[in-house]
Amino acid sequence: MESVSELLTEQEAAIYDRQIRIWGADAQRKLSKARILVVGITGVVAETCKNIVLAGIGSLVLMDDSPMTFEASAANFLVPFDELEGQGNSIATVCASSLRDFNPMVQVSVEEGGISSKPDEFYDRFDAVIMGRSSLTLRTQVNEACRKRPHRVAFYSVDCRGTCGSLFVDLQRHSFTSKKAGDDKAAQQDISFPSLQEALNVPWSSFNKRTSKLLFALRIIDQFEVDVGRRPGQLSSQDLPDLISYRGKMCAIQKVPESFVPDNLLQKLASVGGTELPPVCAIIGGILGQELIKAMSCKGEPLKNFFFFDASDGKGIIECVVPSQMNDH
Amino acid sequence: MGSEEDRIAIEKEKVLMVGAGGIGCELLKTLVLTGFKHIHLIDMDTIEVSNLNRQFLFRKSHVGQSKAKVAREAVLKFRPGVDIVAHHGNVKNTEFDIDFFKQFSVVLNGLDNLEARRHVNRLCLAAGVPLVESGTTGYLGQVTVHIKGKTECYECQPKPAPKSYPVCTITSTPSKLIHCIVWAKELALAKLFGDKSQVSDLDVRTSVEGKSITSEVENDDVKFFELRSGESFRQFAARVFDRIFGYNIEIALQNEETWKARRQPDPLYLDKILPNQQEEEGSAAEENGNVVEIEQHPSVSAMATLGLKNPQKIWDVQENARVFLESIQLFFKRRSKDIGKLVFDKDDQLAVEFVTAAANLRAHSFGIPMQSLFEAKGMAGNIIHAIATTNACIAGLIVLEALKLLTNQTEQCRMTYCVEHPTRKMLLVPVEPAEPNSHCYVCSETPLVLEVNTVTATMRDVIEKVLKRKLGVDSPVIMQGSSLLYETGDDLEDDMAAHYASLLNKSLASYPTPITTGVVLTVEDYHQDFRCSLHVKHRETFDEETEPDGILVTGDIASVINAEQPTLQPKTPAADDEDLFNKEENGHGDDKKDDDDDLVMFTPETTAGTKRKLEEDENLLKEKLKNHHLLADFGRRSMSVVVFTSWPVHREKDRL
Repeated sequence: MESVSELLTEQEAAIYDRQIRIWGADAQRKLSKARILVVGITGVVAETCKNIVLAGIGSLVLMDDSPMTFEASAANFLVPFDELEGQGNSIATVCASSLRDFNPMVQVSVEEGGISSKPDEFYDRFDAVIMGRSSLTLRTQVNEACRKRPHRVAFYSVDCRGTCGSLFVDLQRHSFTSKKAGDDKAAQQDISFPSLQEALNVPWSSFNKRTSKLLFALRIIDQFEVDVGRRPGQLSSQDLPDLISYRGKMCAIQKVPESFVPDNLLQKLASVGGTELPPVCAIIGGILGQELIKAMSCKGEPLKNFFFFDASDGKGIIECVVPSQMNDH
Repeated sequence: MGSEEDRIAIEKEKVLMVGAGGIGCELLKTLVLTGFKHIHLIDMDTIEVSNLNRQFLFRKSHVGQSKAKVAREAVLKFRPGVDIVAHHGNVKNTEFDIDFFKQFSVVLNGLDNLEARRHVNRLCLAAGVPLVESGTTGYLGQVTVHIKGKTECYECQPKPAPKSYPVCTITSTPSKLIHCIVWAKELALAKLFGDKSQVSDLDVRTSVEGKSITSEVENDDVKFFELRSGESFRQFAARVFDRIFGYNIEIALQNEETWKARRQPDPLYLDKILPNQQEEEGSAAEENGNVVEIEQHPSVSAMATLGLKNPQKIWDVQENARVFLESIQLFFKRRSKDIGKLVFDKDDQLAVEFVTAAANLRAHSFGIPMQSLFEAKGMAGNIIHAIATTNACIAGLIVLEALKLLTNQTEQCRMTYCVEHPTRKMLLVPVEPAEPNSHCYVCSETPLVLEVNTVTATMRDVIEKVLKRKLGVDSPVIMQGSSLLYETGDDLEDDMAAHYASLLNKSLASYPTPITTGVVLTVEDYHQDFRCSLHVKHRETFDEETEPDGILVTGDIASVINAEQPTLQPKTPAADDEDLFNKEENGHGDDKKDDDDDLVMFTPETTAGTKRKLEEDENLLKEKLKNHHLLADFGRRSMSVVVFTSWPVHREKDRL
């Protein structure tokens, strides 16, 4: 006999009916306890937030003090049009308000201040952190901070630029149940993830030829932005010559030919700068949303550990980037 | 893609969205953010609570309102400058004719049923407008592009027919819970509370060798299921219980043939299941005498009255029996206005409770495992599981394809599959569209063969089972040579309408000019701008299990021309299609192919376009994805049970 407190409420059962039919009531309960932090709200992050709020996570904390601008709202449907009249609200505040509407059962709140100034214990409040567009330095910093905490804080970083989108996942050690394709019974499995820094340290020469070029192109751009002190996404076609010389330097260090990273890919990414394409945000936001749901419910095999999408060829590719000494799953 | 030039190019384009549900909400939002400024939206549904987990443009306060209208208003809040026209109506309505479709540069489907998809496909072909199709089921989804003359149309690849069960399986020999659920919905519920003037398809009298074979329902006097004077609701419910679970089973057991190789069902009697029930008996006077109309409460529930709180828990036999009795009583006490006209609705809590209990009791009788209300509801209501994330992803992919179509990049168009388990490292798998199927009866006007027993089948059978159900024709016009045999329309004169009606029930062979082997019927649908020709071929017998309809449609013209050749076996969907009806789809449980086989569906020869480029092992990939593709097409609104009205008189074994 199940205790009443363990049952989903009638409201939950009614609203979540269609998804409970996919992952079950137990997973739904686990999801309702998940505490998520989101840092940096771009279009793809807005999509992800919408997805996880609808799914019924426990709580969502938004961090983004940037002021509301037209540019910021270009790919973000959480911003009502009249907010753009410069009422002085931060992006986080405006988005939080819209997100609350989607699912009153989820606690949505805003945290002010920059993430780098938060003490280590700050992360104890969360089960997962999603970094939107940010410098590589900040991403690795936050990832390290998450990994130091006594309980597991899952880490995701996501960014969309023009026709391209990328996602990184670090669940540290993760246990989950899943049904392999064709099987009837669900089996318990364990999987471990490298940190972002460990993944970055994997030499390019160890990747096989079919690895997504986007992986390398984005590394080059990340490094460039850090080294010349650019705000992430603040690129233009004028930066192409510099990017090409960066490519030369990095490929030399990594002992791989420059053809690893095609000219046209760098050119495309440079000219698009930080502009997001809404359909790509929807796609990546859907994938990321689903990954977070899987991780928080411990149901379903998570993607390990990078995901790349380029609308130019339409492929959504998982790249597993692990140091050779790690027990590859 | 996505450049400023592109944005300017798409601003002036007019786009049609069909469907404002799961995919529709995501699609409308993404289209508008991307820069589309002129959008028409068609949807006939109103908002339900179970939509709210993913159709994010809607709020609880919107339940009951038009999806198309509310979606439009919600989107205008973040992009007021967009011109969105919301049509609350069925896309099959005549107002959405070829001229309507012609005004759009592209049509984007976010539908949940095969019927509407086929209809839109034909209109897009007729209007010459490219179509982007899509579908999702749980974690799976796909987006496909259909350009007339360049790629396959939506119907070039056969789609699985809606799941169907032979009558005898439902009425006499169930082997799975779904059979019991269909029985509970179509027989038990309908008989007690439905429209009695409607002859249920399952009420069948059969006659073989002069001996009357009766289905257990057929045995019942209609009067039996009416409340007797002086009888309390509880007494009525108990009487019904013993009849349908006890007495009728005993009758069925008398037919020893049926049970030679099958487990015999156990009759269930109330006094054995619930032995201490006297105190629960209400008095007739209380109920029937001075019936005070207790406020008619639409959300009345037997579970609530009985203290059963968890819809995911499987009730034991006693609990099922109690729910059965209680739900009947509650229908009388609180839902009396619905008695005599009740139609099953998955959101009708009391009806779902009754169906669950009745199905479970029957299942128990036949040794089939029982299920929870949650599971039973999914089966009875053909509920498709759904989440926001897949829909969002698919919507993004739809917009990308629309962009390619509208910026002269049609060579870049792809069919994209969103998979749960990575395929060659990919979660999103693009595949080049195939060329049109030269044997597709929709876009290539291939002639078809109609195999039918012309002596017993009527024109009504042909229209309902073949034209409407299999060929997806909505308003057929049927000609034999230059004679008009049948047409529909509001402007039909009375004498014409009467003439057609009189022909409907005539067997084909008894027509003024007999319709037999070799006759060619032309079928047209002006609304869909569809036409095809049916070459008739008489056939004496049909297999009851594999061909329950008694009519077949194939593309096998050669068999008509040379009538002496043995009939080629109609192709059944590929063996891989077993995956189509796995546990995830419609909650039907594992269906074995040897048991309830699908209706044989028209299968045009699927010849791959010779110029189609293949990626490495793409054939293998495509086969795997084809099943995935078809899975997501099959929707809630397609009938899950197709029961036929004519019983094949001459069965193979019993030839007279």
